Amino acid sequence: MMTSNAPTTTTSPISAEDVKPLTELISAAAIAEIEHWRGKYPPERKRPPIIAALKIVQKEHNNYLDETVMNALAVYLDVPPIAVYEVATFYTMYNLKPVGEHVISVCTNLSCMMCGAKDVVKQLTERLNIGLGETTADGKITLVEVECMAACGGAPMLEVGEVFHENLTPEKIDAILQTLGWEDNHG
Amino acid sequence: MGTVTIDIDGQSYEAETGSMIIEVADDAGLHIPRFCYHKKLSVAANCRMCLVDVTNLPKAVPACATPVADGMKILTRSEKALMAQKSVMEFLLINHPLDCPICDQGGECELQDVAMGYGNDISRFTEGKRVVKDKDIGPLIETDMTRCIHCTRCVRFGTEVVGLREMGATGRGEHMEIGTFVETSLSSEVAGNIIDLCPVGALTAKPSKFQARAWEMQSTTSIAPHDCLGTNIAVHHRRGQVIRVVPHENESINEVWISDRDRFSYQALSARNRLTTPMIKRDGQWQKVDWEQALQFTIEQLKLVKEHHGAEGIGALASPSSTTEELYLLQALMRGIDSHNIDHRLRQIDFSTQHDDPMFPKIDFSIADLDDMDATFLVAADLRNEQPIASLRLRKSTRYGRVMALAPFANHENFRVAPYIQAAASELVEHLHKITAALVAQQKGSVSASLTELFVDIKPDPDHETIANELRINERACIIVGQTALEHSLSGHIKWLCRTISRLSDSAYGELSHGANSAGAYLAGALPHRAAVGVESKVSGWTTQQMLQKGLPAYLLLNTEPELDSSYRESARKSLSQAEFIVSLTPFAGGEMMDYCSVLLPVAAFSETSGTFVNVEGNWQSFRAAVSAKGEARPAWKVLRVLGNLLDVAGFDFTSSEQVRDKLKQRLEATTDAHVGHLHNPEQLDFGGELPKPLNLYDTDSLVRRSACLQQTPIALQNWRREQILSLSQFDTGTLIPIKEVNHA
Repeated sequence: MMTSNAPTTTTSPISAEDVKPLTELISAAAIAEIEHWRGKYPPERKRPPIIAALKIVQKEHNNYLDETVMNALAVYLDVPPIAVYEVATFYTMYNLKPVGEHVISVCTNLSCMMCGAKDVVKQLTERLNIGLGETTADGKITLVEVECMAACGGAPMLEVGEVFHENLTPEKIDAILQTLGWEDNHG
Repeated sequence: MGTVTIDIDGQSYEAETGSMIIEVADDAGLHIPRFCYHKKLSVAANCRMCLVDVTNLPKAVPACATPVADGMKILTRSEKALMAQKSVMEFLLINHPLDCPICDQGGECELQDVAMGYGNDISRFTEGKRVVKDKDIGPLIETDMTRCIHCTRCVRFGTEVVGLREMGATGRGEHMEIGTFVETSLSSEVAGNIIDLCPVGALTAKPSKFQARAWEMQSTTSIAPHDCLGTNIAVHHRRGQVIRVVPHENESINEVWISDRDRFSYQALSARNRLTTPMIKRDGQWQKVDWEQALQFTIEQLKLVKEHHGAEGIGALASPSSTTEELYLLQALMRGIDSHNIDHRLRQIDFSTQHDDPMFPKIDFSIADLDDMDATFLVAADLRNEQPIASLRLRKSTRYGRVMALAPFANHENFRVAPYIQAAASELVEHLHKITAALVAQQKGSVSASLTELFVDIKPDPDHETIANELRINERACIIVGQTALEHSLSGHIKWLCRTISRLSDSAYGELSHGANSAGAYLAGALPHRAAVGVESKVSGWTTQQMLQKGLPAYLLLNTEPELDSSYRESARKSLSQAEFIVSLTPFAGGEMMDYCSVLLPVAAFSETSGTFVNVEGNWQSFRAAVSAKGEARPAWKVLRVLGNLLDVAGFDFTSSEQVRDKLKQRLEATTDAHVGHLHNPEQLDFGGELPKPLNLYDTDSLVRRSACLQQTPIALQNWRREQILSLSQFDTGTLIPIKEVNHA
């Protein structure tokens, strides 16, 4: 959205003093990883590394993001906090609430929906006894609905962690739940 | 850049290469509907409302994002264009609640207008509409985000114009929302502009919420009464009550923006602490009296003081935001009774070089020039806190130019400032010595011996060299002396140093003065050492400092609360409480004036009087009264005229404020030999110095102090004397006089 009309420096409405430094919130290895991504862009382009950095921060922070870590990242990358919130709320790969040990992301976008995503969701909600966006009582599994993950060729599909499962059938879904250690008596 | 010829709706136009279709159409007065496009913001092209038909292109294209090409034929009303406009309108209205009857924007809504002009009669959408929860973004701006059409003007304003990005678009697709995500008050001092930018009723003014419909209000153009830029505004009022204040476009001053202070200070006008009748204190009790009694009592008391202590026993202090006419009459009144004790420089501490001051404090360039400065050096100028619109303009210069600063506070401008020298108040002059020394060394030979002598032993640091160099090598360079610098106890020396730096580096010089009308006050002669139009006074009267530190038997106050307005808080308190007689011409009651004053004369406040402000460029801007003054309050110039007549001062036969202005203007035009503004080198350099405690942005004059909404903002929360300021608003004039006679507006 920026054009040559506008000076590029945009300051942040939060002051660094009010925010716990990112270096105290995540490991040194994770900071190094963020720096690796940051190094790929020109120094005056501060927003591109947000996507990668958020993934790294999320991994370090029990697989979810909250205001504390997002503000810390904003200060760390020297961008306004809203720029971080915008990215974090846009992509479904970021969890904005605490999640279970495993996150099952079911695509319900066009291709998957036409190939039976509704049935996939039905089977999962029934077997896990939770709704979309919820976590099982034992904190084991979170079920979320996501937009297209570019695997339309294998619709319907879902993702567990970072692994795609395509061409889903009821049997395949049961098998996935079994590998996650899910028994129906859980909930 | 060359020009091309294009054809819009059969008419041919010359257009600059690279300009967008919508710009050419706007210049030609052809209206293309739009929501996201705004001439002061970057092109987003996300609302699609401005789709037009370009021959040879298969699809309609957005006029805001399509550059012109030679021979281009554009149709804005072809079947294809009309179809596109109708379809986009239908999409935009899908989620819009159409709650126009209860929407503050109703009647002045771009969505209403465009839907009426370009939309279809009916919608085919029968499904449920989405609802977005409203966000609390502070005391100034009301949100109704269900109405938002995602044009992102507010987001781009923050990013591009202010440089403080607080609003954003979170979520995706159907779930996208405009807001701050984390609920928080907007902290910007110009945030109110997003109310005007919002094309729908999603962002509206909170203080005027549900107060009036757009078509019920009348508009009167006026000049903002808080800073020296002379921001053009429009006062919207209904049945004698000011409902709101909006910007009036003036490309050379405020463009299309105004600061929140200028927008929301009007709220004080209907505060219950307005003074609506003249009052006299008898035996420690305030009594309501009529004008004749009050004026008669005032005259008697002034004559009594004159008899006992001589005319020099009377002093006048005026707000630097008074009109030129008021200030002219006030000084004429004082000089008419043989007292030269008159001043408007309430915040100034150093008066040692007042005879060297120019005709009036000004900038030797135009406000618009700030946009394109290659090098700017700010000397204790806290622009965001003093002249917020100047900060927006200067920010634009940082595209290519450089801003440098020396200040006793941390940098909080929304742009890059380098180098930024932060130094204690007592070290400011030393840094300026070093910058001057760098220039003296660079210009060896062309600098006078006496000047060289002064700076011979001073060694500049690299930062000082940089500032000196940048000012010298850049053609468009300026040095700006800010309000804080003018309050310094060595301000005379600072001004001399800065003018010397300006002269040696051949850069423009400017002072950003206090209040809305310091320039007018100088010209009108509201000074102890100079009468109107720069005529040196034979007798030098007392300055603010002398009047408040040494104390006088009698004071005449014009819309000022010296214990709050001046830099002499404690001594002002003491001197005023010991005075025999004080008359205050004031729009408000309450605060310490109730203790030290003997007479309160109610005068018209901002928007209730006609007058003239002279801005920092020397631009005379006159305005009319938008509404009449509350109750029995009268314009201060009329009160002063009557006082002049009653005291038998000659030349007080004006019947309108215009006559006063014209008289002063004539005198100014006839002045050819004003001996002012000479630069005298001091015999030695001064060191050290100090500053009074700075005023909060929302604590600068009687009006902003009593604006309830401004006092709730995050900026006001930081005020170091917040309790004291809040107690002013709690004062109720109604408790002083019988309730039935209070004029409830």
